Amino acid sequence: MKLEREVVDNVASLARLGLDDTEKERMREELAPILSYFEMLGELDTDHIPPTAQVITVQNQMRPDEARPSLPTDEVLANAPGREESYFRVRPVFGGQ
Amino acid sequence: MAGELFNLTIHEAAEKLRAKEVSSRELTQSVLDRITAVDDKVKAFVTVTAEQALARADEMDNLLAKGEATSPLAGIPINLKDVLSTKGVRTTCSSKILENFVPVYNATVAEKLQQAGTVLVGKTNMDEFAMGSSTENSGFFTTHNPWNLDTVPGGSSGGSSASVAAGMGFLSLGSDTGGSIRQPAALTGVVGLKPTYGRVSRYGLIAFASSLDQIGPFTRDVTDAALVMNTIAGYDRCDSTSINAPVPDYTRGLTGDIKGMRLALPKEYFVEGVEPGVEAAIRAAVTKFEELGATVEEVSMPHTKYALATYYIIAPSEASANLARYDGVKYGFSDKNAPNLIKGYFSTRDQGFGREVKRRIMIGTYALSSGYYDAFYLKAQKVRTLIKSDFDKVFETFDAIISPTSPTVAFKIGEKASDPLAMYLSDIFTIPANMAGTPGVSIPGGFSEGLPVGLQILGPALGEEKILQIAYAYEQATEWHKQRPPLN
Repeated sequence: MKLEREVVDNVASLARLGLDDTEKERMREELAPILSYFEMLGELDTDHIPPTAQVITVQNQMRPDEARPSLPTDEVLANAPGREESYFRVRPVFGGQ
Repeated sequence: MAGELFNLTIHEAAEKLRAKEVSSRELTQSVLDRITAVDDKVKAFVTVTAEQALARADEMDNLLAKGEATSPLAGIPINLKDVLSTKGVRTTCSSKILENFVPVYNATVAEKLQQAGTVLVGKTNMDEFAMGSSTENSGFFTTHNPWNLDTVPGGSSGGSSASVAAGMGFLSLGSDTGGSIRQPAALTGVVGLKPTYGRVSRYGLIAFASSLDQIGPFTRDVTDAALVMNTIAGYDRCDSTSINAPVPDYTRGLTGDIKGMRLALPKEYFVEGVEPGVEAAIRAAVTKFEELGATVEEVSMPHTKYALATYYIIAPSEASANLARYDGVKYGFSDKNAPNLIKGYFSTRDQGFGREVKRRIMIGTYALSSGYYDAFYLKAQKVRTLIKSDFDKVFETFDAIISPTSPTVAFKIGEKASDPLAMYLSDIFTIPANMAGTPGVSIPGGFSEGLPVGLQILGPALGEEKILQIAYAYEQATEWHKQRPPLN
């Protein structure tokens, strides 16, 4: 199967991956045979087969609503690329186009 | 070589510790010396924690002397795959995006091993975010197979398998999403166990595909694997998918007796692409099982051939969602030059992730995107039901399934690196058990072309005791597990 460049552009955008032109062309070439390989699943009639999302029978896990210590803010923020007081500092949301 | 401390099994080392023939410090020093001697060739470790390990060993020697350390794992030097969070010890997932990440809490398994008194000597290399079958996708370097340095150690837990094979740790824990414990165990001639999904807490495991991921041990024999399971298995309120069932003593079934057991040999696991040397080793194992009093019968698991395609839709789909968290805001690499928030997401993720990770994020995002969801993701989930039903049917009448772990022995570094699909085929015999959520173990099953062959034993859900019982009987009737790589 052939993978259109627009599809690669769209998927990379959805995935927030800033691929350059070379990478996008390589993706087109590499993903096409993989997606073709998936077509074999079409051989199976699954109209009446329920999907399996997970394999264990455990459903809602309830626990008592008790206060427990959470991670210390300073330790958590120690890994943050940007920090201001007890917040993550992010880049400007607007501008910079 | 065989007499060296670093080559002992856990239970042998534990006996020597109890008899005061050796100290935890001596065991730890022996492993650290071994790392110094051979790891520039094997390259199993991302991080070595030598100083902390020696201090910890001294602490354990004190507790052992006072009789306060009772676990058979007390004082034993171990390492962990770098996908498991270790408080205060850098945890990278072998990715540039987490190169300087230092976790603020321990994974439950790391905590349990610490409580048991183990000595952490380091964190091992892997395919980035556990995506791969050779460690060639590591963001840092490729690990080499100690049996032949020109070949891969398997993956994604290749640093773990190579370290245990080469005497650089008595135990490593890895993670298995599609075979990432069993396949590298097979390629390096050690024991690798993937427990039932939910049997071991995944809290603190950096997520790849959440409906498939499971943590398990690499050891030098089956007894050691059982001892480790006694410590790491069990319910954890921090993991809502962990199973709340009693943990048995996994050593109980290690009797050597498997008379009357019924073993299934799926004909779909002996297809084209299986190397003759691998097939011959597994056929010889069948004979051995029959000598031990088990019966072996051929069965059909007709949906086996669809497992790989199903996996490469489901796992990347879940991964694309899990890896959305790497946004350059909370932790990890961040492109400081990005002009605004949205451009920062794009450039951070482009620079931080390697090729295979990007490829899988693309596959997963594609499969989940509007217009393709039903044809790919939903279809794959339905086929997953069929694959699971193949297992359910076999386990109605059989105790376990036996097969090769991998269709080939260790392949050359670079041989499959440029062909993703060829690489994915390394996992065709391990993936189905992840789909079904059932346990499997790979044990040394002979040699082909001078390289180890892995024998895979698959059991029903929560059937770890039974597969370890079968594995132990085979192990004790053979000498494969006593072989060590000729590494100097």
